[in-house]
Amino acid sequence: MKSSNPFALWRWEKMFGEWQMFGEGFLRTIEVAALALILALVLGIIFGVISTSNNKVMRGIARVYVEFFQNTPLVIQVFFMYNGLAIAGIRLSVFMIGVLGVGIYHGAYVSEVVKTGITSIPVGQVEAAKSQGFTYVQYMRYIILPQTIKIILPPLTNQAVNLIKNTSVLAMISGFDLMYMADSWASSSLDYGPSYVFAGFLYFMLCFPLATWARKYEERLKRKDTARIPFDPSEEAVTC
Amino acid sequence: MIKLQDVNKYFGENHVLKDINLTVAEGEKLVIIGPSGSGKSTTVRCMNFLEAPTSGQVIIDGEELTQKNKIQLVRRTSAMVFQSFNLYPHKTVLENLTLAPIKLQKLTKEEAIKKARKYLATVGLSEKENAYPSTLSGGQQQRVAIARALATERKIILFDEPTSALDPETVQEVLDVMIKLSKENITMVVVTHEMGFARVVADRIIFMDEGRIVEEGKPEHFFENPSEERTKLFLSKILR
Repeated sequence: MKSSNPFALWRWEKMFGEWQMFGEGFLRTIEVAALALILALVLGIIFGVISTSNNKVMRGIARVYVEFFQNTPLVIQVFFMYNGLAIAGIRLSVFMIGVLGVGIYHGAYVSEVVKTGITSIPVGQVEAAKSQGFTYVQYMRYIILPQTIKIILPPLTNQAVNLIKNTSVLAMISGFDLMYMADSWASSSLDYGPSYVFAGFLYFMLCFPLATWARKYEERLKRKDTARIPFDPSEEAVTC
Repeated sequence: MIKLQDVNKYFGENHVLKDINLTVAEGEKLVIIGPSGSGKSTTVRCMNFLEAPTSGQVIIDGEELTQKNKIQLVRRTSAMVFQSFNLYPHKTVLENLTLAPIKLQKLTKEEAIKKARKYLATVGLSEKENAYPSTLSGGQQQRVAIARALATERKIILFDEPTSALDPETVQEVLDVMIKLSKENITMVVVTHEMGFARVVADRIIFMDEGRIVEEGKPEHFFENPSEERTKLFLSKILR
């Protein structure tokens, strides 16, 4: 007689016998998350930069984008792409919907992070760049954005971690991602316990190293910036 | 080289420049003095369009400086040294000097580095080329900023209170570099409170108060025999 405990050992054994299913979902989740992250970064940088420009129309466009996507649920946005666009004759694969839906949604958040980063750079940096003859795009690229990295990396990592977790919204439109696979296994085998715990563990395995890596990267950048050159006795003491 | 014609500038209701007319000849060293809030910084900042005049014209090298041509014209003619240095903190000293020549003047990296080393030697900081700005003293940072201005080899260098943010003991090292520069055929416009420097370097001094040019003349005239009461009062306070 098998134990009816939802976490009974035999349930785990049965699940790991079907590990390929989870593996496929895991890979799909990684693919969707990676592409969505790239999209979110590209959109976030573009809209973050234009939201700090002097042009009112540009700022307005950025504002609408951010407010719209931040203040409606991701699920509705994804459902709209899945059902709404189909009515309009646009058929996207669930994979594309995942990338676009999650990417555009998080792009709005990344845009706010980038904006905060840019506005934290002292105005003197822009003035120095202008006085040398850099154009707006040039000084953003060479002078302002590189300086924001240190500031925005921690909140950006939060976004990346949230983005990975939010790809699980695909389960609701049969996206064959990790959450969908776990859910399918759970409902077909009735082994809910091991299935969801294992899926959760796999998400953790993605998110935790990312957060750790970003923290270390940030520390290294900070060290590099304040790295002192070897003391030279011919020079006067450095005042701080 | 530089000509301001009936320049007026408002910040909101605040009328900070009132009918400024002024000409700076090629190679001339013009020093602008005056109490804070007199409009002297705004005057030099109009010379590279960091501030746009509300009315009037700024003519640089025979061409009117406008919103449209500011980047090209500034890139061709002037560099600026700021009160707060505004070095690029994410770049080494050498990179601070080579960034604009490489990106804007399309020099090869080797040429730019060669030039940068030459000007670092001019300001006496050759051994700091790989240091980051944050590791340098204020005086050293300002000397790097001067070298950065020199490295673009523009005919005009604008100095906006270059020693006002420095510790007293490092003021002289910066002034020494500027005195050295004054021997070259560079057009220098210097906003400063350093009267000793003005006396040694200036071909002409302008005294500003409440947005107007109150008096102008040679240093001897200024320090020995100023004609305006307002100038006398200011000098008596500052020369104590």
